[in-house]
Amino acid sequence: MTDQLTGSSSFPMVLAERVVKAYGSHVVLSDISLSVDRGEVVCIIGPSGSGKSTFLRCINHLERLDGGRLTVDGELIGYRQSGDKIYELKPREAAQQRKDIGMVFQRFNLFPHLTVLENIIEAPTQVKRQSRAAASTRAMQLLERVGLAEKAKAYPASLSGGQQQRVAIARALAMDPKLMLFDEPTSALDPELVGEVLDVMKQLAKDGMTMIVVTHEMGFAREVADSLVFMDGGVVVERGTPSDVLGNPQHARTRAFLSKVL
Amino acid sequence: MATTRSARVPEADPGISGGPERIRAIPLRHPVRNALAVLLVLLAASFIWDAAFNRPAYDWLSVGKYVFDIRVSQAALVTLELTVLSMVGAILLGSLLAVMRLSPNPVLRGIAWVYLWIFRGTPVYVQLVFWGLLATIYRFISVGIPFTDIGVSWTTQDTLSVFWLAVIGLALNEAAYMAEIVRAGMLSVDPGQSEASTALGMSWAQTMRRIVIPQSMRVIIPPTGNEVISMLKTTSLVTAVPLSTDLYTRTRDISAETFNPIPLLIVASIWYLLFTSILMIGQYFLERRFARGTRFVDVGPGASS
Ligand SMILES: Nc1ncnc2c1ncn2[C@@H]1O[C@H](COP(=O)(O)OP(=O)(O)OP(=O)(O)O)[C@@H](O)[C@H]1O
Ligand SMILES: [Mg+2]
Repeated sequence: MTDQLTGSSSFPMVLAERVVKAYGSHVVLSDISLSVDRGEVVCIIGPSGSGKSTFLRCINHLERLDGGRLTVDGELIGYRQSGDKIYELKPREAAQQRKDIGMVFQRFNLFPHLTVLENIIEAPTQVKRQSRAAASTRAMQLLERVGLAEKAKAYPASLSGGQQQRVAIARALAMDPKLMLFDEPTSALDPELVGEVLDVMKQLAKDGMTMIVVTHEMGFAREVADSLVFMDGGVVVERGTPSDVLGNPQHARTRAFLSKVL
Repeated sequence: MATTRSARVPEADPGISGGPERIRAIPLRHPVRNALAVLLVLLAASFIWDAAFNRPAYDWLSVGKYVFDIRVSQAALVTLELTVLSMVGAILLGSLLAVMRLSPNPVLRGIAWVYLWIFRGTPVYVQLVFWGLLATIYRFISVGIPFTDIGVSWTTQDTLSVFWLAVIGLALNEAAYMAEIVRAGMLSVDPGQSEASTALGMSWAQTMRRIVIPQSMRVIIPPTGNEVISMLKTTSLVTAVPLSTDLYTRTRDISAETFNPIPLLIVASIWYLLFTSILMIGQYFLERRFARGTRFVDVGPGASS
């Protein structure tokens, strides 16, 4: 673990230290420590309710932390530290941090009242104040990259699930994020559509994007992930290379989980 | 049309395409439905016949005379202005109140709640009487720095005409109802939508304005159309302010002179019906406009590829 967070770019992209999150008295994340390096692809697996989504939502401050500290690219998320005091960020400052972190949801969450192109340029024009023309040019490149250039003028409801999720990835990429979070991006898809989304994600990993992916696609984890994290009961039970964790799990809980899903 | 039909021929004819045979069923007949329709048409015709020739009280000649009377059409215009102005005010203020009620700021939530409590909790007629008494209660309207002599002041009577008092009274009351309609619309939008826009770095205000409110329109427009039509008729209460230039009050005043109320009630109804019909057509096109992006809705050529 690094102690100082200033100066070099040697500090990790994401550093979670003893992160705690509770809803009322229900402690969802009891003690999460995890570090993700630049360009690293980390897959998170774990049983339902183990807090995987909650942890992702903490990383871009959709949820407020109750304990521990979390930095992205060396910057404390959700709070500002001055001396030994910690101040809550203003909503504007929190939004500023989120624009550098892309997120892809299980249920796509495309904006149904906007066309595919309008979905992608919405945040660049509204948040980054890019011109419509510049944002559209960039959006068309991204659509090209996810193989959907011909759907630019279509509305999301007329697309298949796999196409919608690829648009959602393009929408997140349009903000030029330094980190991408994926929350079960293929779980809502028909089996024959999973591949096209995973292909886009593989390409993204190859291009050097730092990615944290909650997934049940063990094949994808094995092929793409640099490391695999098994979460259960609000803690990181085990972390290692995919082949180690899948092939030679060290903990009984990991073995029990893998025996059910593999 | 012709091309569509000829294009379908091979499909419809199993002899040519060789596909599965089409069903050629005799359509279901609806004898009861048809008999009922005929009966209703006959009843309506006899009612109209009776009303036209056997009921002197309707006095159709007077109806014809007064429906285009300049006093009546001017009053109809006043009613239309009252409706449009107070609804515009109510929609703006109501949206603001709805956003305040859903805002994370507890002070704003509290203000909106108190507003709704007062303006929904008292009859609009009573509120209109109060607005009429405004000039008696507050003789001057002053803008300035409190506890100093700096500032300007106007007499209420000269600044706000009875017409504008009526507009304010109707708008403030209606805003309370519009607030609930807008709020229900906003709550109907999937929370995943604001989550996605927040995750993209958009602020709460941007999320509301660009993502949530446009999507809530589909839910907001139908009950708002109802409210507009209801407002058109509520304007007949402005006599409480007292404003006497609106359609209902004017036709009542005329009939008080002629001692012949029924034709003027019909005249007023004709004008109200005309305006309601126009509003319903407008609503149809607005609903189509905001149905963009929903499946199976034809939003016109070029809208999607
Ligand atoms: N807003 C909330 N309020 C209260 N409890 C919540 C909230 N969101 C999540 N939880 C609870 O937190 C726990 C962890 O939820 P989370 O969605 O993070 O799990 P998960 O690992 O993503 O599971 P899944 O595989 O089902 O998506 C669950 O028990 C859930 O009920
Ligand atoms: Mg989840």
